[in-house]
Amino acid sequence: MMIRTPAPHEPLPSEITPRSVYLNRRAALAGLGLAAGSPLALAQASAPGGGKLPKLPGARSALAGATVMDKPTAYADASSYNNFYEFGTDKSDPAQRAHTLKTRPWTVAVDGECAKPGNYDIDALLKLSAQEERIYRLRCVEGWSMVIPWVGYSLSELIKRAEPTGKAKFVEFTTLADRAQMPGLRSGVLDWPYVEALRMDEAMHPLALLTFGMYGEVLPNQNGAPVRIVLPWKYGFKSAKSIVRIRFTEKQPRSSWEQSAPQEYGFYSNVNPNVPHPRWSQATERRIGEDGLFAKKRPTLMFNGYEAQVGQLYAGMDLKKFY
Amino acid sequence: MKRALSTALLSRAAKPLLFLLCVAPLAWLVYAAVANRLGANPAEALIRSLGDWTLRGLWLTLTITPLRELTGLAALARFRRMLGVFTFFYASLHLLAYGWLDMGLSLQDIVDDIIKRPFILMGFTAWALLLPLAATSFNKAIRLLGAKRWQALHKAVYAAAVIALLHFIWMRAGKQDFAEPAVYGALLALLLGWRVVRALRRG
Repeated sequence: MMIRTPAPHEPLPSEITPRSVYLNRRAALAGLGLAAGSPLALAQASAPGGGKLPKLPGARSALAGATVMDKPTAYADASSYNNFYEFGTDKSDPAQRAHTLKTRPWTVAVDGECAKPGNYDIDALLKLSAQEERIYRLRCVEGWSMVIPWVGYSLSELIKRAEPTGKAKFVEFTTLADRAQMPGLRSGVLDWPYVEALRMDEAMHPLALLTFGMYGEVLPNQNGAPVRIVLPWKYGFKSAKSIVRIRFTEKQPRSSWEQSAPQEYGFYSNVNPNVPHPRWSQATERRIGEDGLFAKKRPTLMFNGYEAQVGQLYAGMDLKKFY
Repeated sequence: MKRALSTALLSRAAKPLLFLLCVAPLAWLVYAAVANRLGANPAEALIRSLGDWTLRGLWLTLTITPLRELTGLAALARFRRMLGVFTFFYASLHLLAYGWLDMGLSLQDIVDDIIKRPFILMGFTAWALLLPLAATSFNKAIRLLGAKRWQALHKAVYAAAVIALLHFIWMRAGKQDFAEPAVYGALLALLLGWRVVRALRRG
């Protein structure tokens, strides 16, 4: 075998191929591997998980915007600082209390305006499409943010299989509401069950992720196990957790937060630094675990930095009115 | 029993002990911040905790007089000033933490925020009402102002408490989480209600 030593002036191959391109190639290869069941399928997660939950590897996604270059948030922070009111309103409540959630057996009902409604067992849903890893920014309406490597596939994969009819203009997501498993339901903070919704074109956007895992493992209960959605361009509360029902509707559903505080939380709730929350500015955010105690907060990006990918969904809309 | 309590309250160690108790929450917060024990969002934890301790301090300060009159333990009056000054101290730290950690010490941003957001305006107003009280908390101030005027001025503490409670309720309104504000509200209603009843009885 001939080993060729490059002349000193010759660039190294790694200097020619941009990182994003070769990562995408690897993702494509890994994707093929997943389909064929080869060892390549065991793609390494980009950040370590907690090591206690079953592994759920995902091939790196080739989709534009699916892999941000920001440093992922530590798993300990992402799994201990959560808003999941079914387990209490304090951000430390879900991690302490969500162990009571039973994620097996679990079925997701898909119904409403569609030709093929059905009840999907969670294990069937897991195998419906190839699992991908997507590193998304997460911006909470409260003014903090994280970067999380999620594992899942585009929600559109499931929607397509349900064959929504011409009447299906919106998709509604319902979170489990079981008093026996969720101590937070005893409080009247919201009308349970928790309901969120998207316009059909938003739900069909490839970045809308039907999510089963994070950090290369299945979702911890406090992060919305066994299945949730993740919408990186919207405030975190739009990304419904522990979903039991996905329904196609003709009329715009009323989401839980819209119902409880319409002047504060709109139907769209796209991340928008120019539209302040009535009680605080949305122009800046604090990145959890990264911005030190005395660091200036970082500017919030329009659509959380996903404007190139999702901006056209809202072309011509007055985003101050449809906040 | 009452005599023993009274002796304890009048002892030399009582005030230094109260001082240490008042410093303890701050000491713990400083330790927790340095030891990274404030959770994923230490800035938020610091700001909120300092706000909580301000409310607790203010409520305790307002408890002294009713407790003194109901128990007949006159010695309790010795501690009111220290509790009041510590309340202002924690209120100022709360304001400083918000201005520094949340607003990056930008005066322009802070002023904009106070003008734009009623809940911040409430908090700032409560602090501003406590400021002259803290500034006149030494004996000479009472003589300079005259006892009557000094007392009238210090009645502003009731307004400060009500406004601080509104600030807290408003802050929690986003999550519709009124359990804690309800407890503070009920206690304040008792503390102020007792004073109203007493004033009516005295005619």
